[in-house]
Amino acid sequence: MAGAGGGGCPAGGNDLQWCFSQVKGAIDEDVAEADIISTVEFNYSGDLLATGDKGGRVVIFQREQENKSRPHSRGEYNVYSTFQSHEPEFDYLKSLEIEEKINKIRWLPQQNAAHFLLSTNDKTIKLWKISERDKRAEGYNLKDEDGRLRDPFRITALRVPILKPMDLMVEASPRRIFANAHTYHINSISVNSDHETYLSADDLRINLWHLEITDRSFNIVDIKPVNMEELTEVITAAEFHPHQCNVFVYSSSKGTVRLCDMRSSALCDRHSKFFEEPEDPSSRSFFSEIISSISDVKFSHSGRYMMTRDYLSVKVWDLNMESRPVETHQVHEYLRSKLCSLYENDCIFDKFECCWSGSDSAIMTGSYNNFFRMFDRNTRRDVTLEASRENSKPRASLKPRKVCTGGKRKKDEISVDSLDFNKKILHTAWHPAENIIAVAATNNLYIFQDKVN
Amino acid sequence: MSQKQEEENPAEETGEEKQDTQEKEGILPERAEEAKLKAKYPSLGQKPGGSDFLMKRLQKGVWDTLNWSVLLGVDKMQKYFDSGDYNMAKAKMKNKQLPSAGPDKNLVTGDHIPTPQDLPQRKSSLVTSKLAG
Repeated sequence: MAGAGGGGCPAGGNDLQWCFSQVKGAIDEDVAEADIISTVEFNYSGDLLATGDKGGRVVIFQREQENKSRPHSRGEYNVYSTFQSHEPEFDYLKSLEIEEKINKIRWLPQQNAAHFLLSTNDKTIKLWKISERDKRAEGYNLKDEDGRLRDPFRITALRVPILKPMDLMVEASPRRIFANAHTYHINSISVNSDHETYLSADDLRINLWHLEITDRSFNIVDIKPVNMEELTEVITAAEFHPHQCNVFVYSSSKGTVRLCDMRSSALCDRHSKFFEEPEDPSSRSFFSEIISSISDVKFSHSGRYMMTRDYLSVKVWDLNMESRPVETHQVHEYLRSKLCSLYENDCIFDKFECCWSGSDSAIMTGSYNNFFRMFDRNTRRDVTLEASRENSKPRASLKPRKVCTGGKRKKDEISVDSLDFNKKILHTAWHPAENIIAVAATNNLYIFQDKVN
Repeated sequence: MSQKQEEENPAEETGEEKQDTQEKEGILPERAEEAKLKAKYPSLGQKPGGSDFLMKRLQKGVWDTLNWSVLLGVDKMQKYFDSGDYNMAKAKMKNKQLPSAGPDKNLVTGDHIPTPQDLPQRKSSLVTSKLAG
């Protein structure tokens, strides 16, 4: 996996000029619920890009090899494989409908020719193997070329089947199904750096699995109170440390992060570190706890920092300092004066994700109106960009967008009241080594990259 | 002399007032929004016990005849057959005439015996994603 500064990666997200590269998905106005993209993830090399949607389907794109005749265009991402990962289910005992929506996809590091990924819905995690087949055996003894069985009594000679090349076929098959371990809804999965285990987290519990074993998992965190009336917080996200296989973090709806060390005890209900930014009690309101709820937590590639996303901001934390974040970046502070209507239309509960650039020098997160924000940690500059079909000419530069908060609206600015809150960018991903980003805008997937010199 | 003092004092006060207003404006947006919300929904936040939002989150997809009123809006909930509702409705039906016109399809409550037509269709066909098209 790429460490800091993976091979010639330019510093930061703002000295770069971001350009449109590709967009995937239908253009129609009427978006079917099933087509809404629910997760986006690059694999470790960045050659594969996986998306999951509400219909339980996974689509994997592969980067084409660079074309020497067109040196200015980097490799494009084209469909490599697609399959139905999860299907809708019904829990008859609890009268619970189990959505097929893919909550998260996480790739395993590649160990052989095949690719493996974990995909999960609310209840079940599946390990999928994606393999290529480019050869076919011909000349079987017991069956014809079209598969029909030959009458064994009519066979008079034996032959050795030979392998012949065929058109590339990419097959996806479920290799493991990890089921029945979560009472509540799974929000996160994270592969451990030992490449043997992974964790899955729901609202109240975190389980540790071995990739080979499906009938057992260890519960490592349990925050369910004996009396549910005393419930005050839920787990919102969890992730393993990128290098230390004994360390993981989980975030809560109260805006805190707990770091746990699996060496200290089997059940990690007691944290090793507790990250919380002190709150000014005089500024507390009905909305305070809701907007402080952390929707995503991500370790930096270096393993030194972690980033948390709450409703209005992203914060970067130094793992060595629990008392407060080292950086706070405002994503859309202008929404603070719209919290009442955002509560009424449920937008205040939207769960935005965030991601690091390959060298950890920049971070990115989504917003409304198909806007997404990038923060350069070195230059301290930030930019707002938009994923829209209007800016989708090949290699067209993206123009920075600006939201006007009051008073006179300048030309090209958009006022807060004109923002489309149905166009939310919740899921984004950054290539592990290069400046290529994937942005999911409802049912469309946009790919942007920096201008090649 | 006294006049001068009077002139000076108002200036001081204005200065303090200004600072006060600025501080208030910093927290004002959130508080103003809170006031708006409380005006619309006076009963909000007065339920004892675990937080409403957390309960809603944990019970996503569950029809709970006892607590549905706690959750935000019937139309936001997923609906399916509930034997509690069904039995309540059957018991009530014994005591009164069958309703002539069914109530709003979206409001399946204890007064109405659910029929297969009332329940939303289970999702069906598995079609290839348009991203792959």
